Amino acid sequence: MNINTTKIISLLFFIFSAFYLYTAYQIQVFAFDENAPFNARTFPIYLGYAGLFFSGLKLILPDPNTIKVEHKSLEYKKTGILILIAIIYGATILKVGYFLTTSLFLFASYYFLGERRWILMFLLSFPFVAAFMYLLHGILDIYLRDPFLQSIGVMG
Amino acid sequence: MIEGILIGLTTALTFQNILMVMVGCFFGTIIGMLPGLGPMTAIALMIPITYGFDPATGLILMAGVYYGAVFGGSTSSILLNAPGVPGTVATSFDGYPMAQQGKAGKALAIAAWSSFAGGTLSAIYLLFMAPSLSKVSLSFRSPDYFALMILGLTAIAAFSSKGQFLKAMMMVVLGLMLASVGQDSLSDITRFTFNNMNLTDGISFVLVVMATFAMSEALTIILKRNDPTSAAKQVSLTELGSIKINKEERTKMYKTIPRSSVIGFLIGVLPGAGATIASFLAYGMERNVVSDQEKEKFGKGSVNGLSAPETANNAACSGSFVPMLTLGIPGSGTTAVMLGALLGFGVQPGPRLYMTNPEIFWSIIMSMYIGMVILLILNLPLIPYIARILAVPKNYLIPLILFFSVTGIYVMSFNNFDIYLMIGIAVVATFLRLYDFPMPPLILAFVLGGLMEENLRRSLLLSNGSWDFLWDRALTACILVTTVLIVLWHLYKTFSKKN
Repeated sequence: MNINTTKIISLLFFIFSAFYLYTAYQIQVFAFDENAPFNARTFPIYLGYAGLFFSGLKLILPDPNTIKVEHKSLEYKKTGILILIAIIYGATILKVGYFLTTSLFLFASYYFLGERRWILMFLLSFPFVAAFMYLLHGILDIYLRDPFLQSIGVMG
Repeated sequence: MIEGILIGLTTALTFQNILMVMVGCFFGTIIGMLPGLGPMTAIALMIPITYGFDPATGLILMAGVYYGAVFGGSTSSILLNAPGVPGTVATSFDGYPMAQQGKAGKALAIAAWSSFAGGTLSAIYLLFMAPSLSKVSLSFRSPDYFALMILGLTAIAAFSSKGQFLKAMMMVVLGLMLASVGQDSLSDITRFTFNNMNLTDGISFVLVVMATFAMSEALTIILKRNDPTSAAKQVSLTELGSIKINKEERTKMYKTIPRSSVIGFLIGVLPGAGATIASFLAYGMERNVVSDQEKEKFGKGSVNGLSAPETANNAACSGSFVPMLTLGIPGSGTTAVMLGALLGFGVQPGPRLYMTNPEIFWSIIMSMYIGMVILLILNLPLIPYIARILAVPKNYLIPLILFFSVTGIYVMSFNNFDIYLMIGIAVVATFLRLYDFPMPPLILAFVLGGLMEENLRRSLLLSNGSWDFLWDRALTACILVTTVLIVLWHLYKTFSKKN
């Protein structure tokens, strides 16, 4: 059996399914439901076994279509930075508010992807988010809490 | 039925809904043109906006996006030989050679008219077939529904990726596992929440779609250093030539369109099949039925070779609405996304939708037709201008996709836990995509998870825990036999390849 990344993913999925199955057996059901033909843990238990079955088959059977990924050609740095920016966005949006966080998120993303046309970057972040916010808040009536805009008196 | 059509027309022809079809078609065309970004991404990005409207308007907008994305995919197939969606790969076989001969405008016109005719004919088939099927499907019982969902999930796993059946089945199981997080629908017992309050209501459908499609596709483009807009820089998008179709070409199309529309529609109705298989089958069939002289032109710019897949892929789009509207079971990843959105609106598609919400049922069918007309009169003359959007640098495109994804999630929950969860799922999905694990089966399974458990629960309770319900009814048994045949066929293919 050749060990390739697909097999490793299948092994991880096998372990995940085993954990899922274990957790499914731990689901607390009502006493009167314990021996019922179907209760809250029945379906998850079947799913756990199905996960073990398919990932087990994938592990055992030969892989006719082995996928080879050239890791050296992949852009891990930029992808990682984008993910990091998104995490920072998630961490700050409730405290700072939608407008400033989203505008900075866009501006930083353009910058880290290699864009240097500052005026265009600005136009496609701050005014763009303001227009989108107006569409959501003003036209579609979707409330957006924004402590920053409230603090400077733009939003009530 | 006439009354229903009138209800549908009244709903679909309001100013707001016509505007929504136009916006949907335009937006869908743009996204569909970009290689790698398909209708599912386009619809996913639209979902948060649709929640600001009533269900009929929201669904009309999504249907417009769907058709627009398929049309946009054809445009990039013809102009750039870079299909935006898999359903338009066959279009490039003859569309691109035609464009290289300086007849890009004509190729686009043939594609547009074929799409229009295919969509129109299939909307008529749908008009007659959906109400009848709705009545038939009222006789379906829980075991039949359960078996049908198993068939749908197996079929999508079988057809969604070449030779990757087991990977697709693993994605199906993962989708069902994700759907099982949160409160059990009957007993309210929490499952797999690990005492996290944010998971009590389960994982949001929009979150999973955004993470596995929009966000993960954007990350994949960056990770693989792909540039969906690079091909556009190498061709002239302004000198497309005449869009007039001569009499001889029209005669060829008259013969091709009806037969391809029937194939497309029927394939679209089958669970899991969809536009890709329909377009390839129609192309293959057309090649077999034309004269030897015409056969020689296939692959070199044949009118029949271009018209057939274009008719079929649009007809398949309408066909894929049949199982969703009549049974409440989506046949493809895209209709699964739409089903999820409908459930978000509090509308349960199924045989009773026809009776309980006729305005939604009929307005979707009517708006499909309006969408076709709009695509024809708006997009065809505007293609040279719309195609310029392909030249937007990815440095702007990717952050904007990420922006719509995170904003979409934030405005739905105002909760940063959902943003973290989305990032986590997107990272895993991006990694899985690298190794060809298909995402549409995961989405379909996620959408069907709750319904599947519900129908299994009813079946098992009625049969007192016995699995006899799987073969007690002839219909259930037939559906399951079909499922088993699909599985055996794929296992046979895997082993025969090895040997």
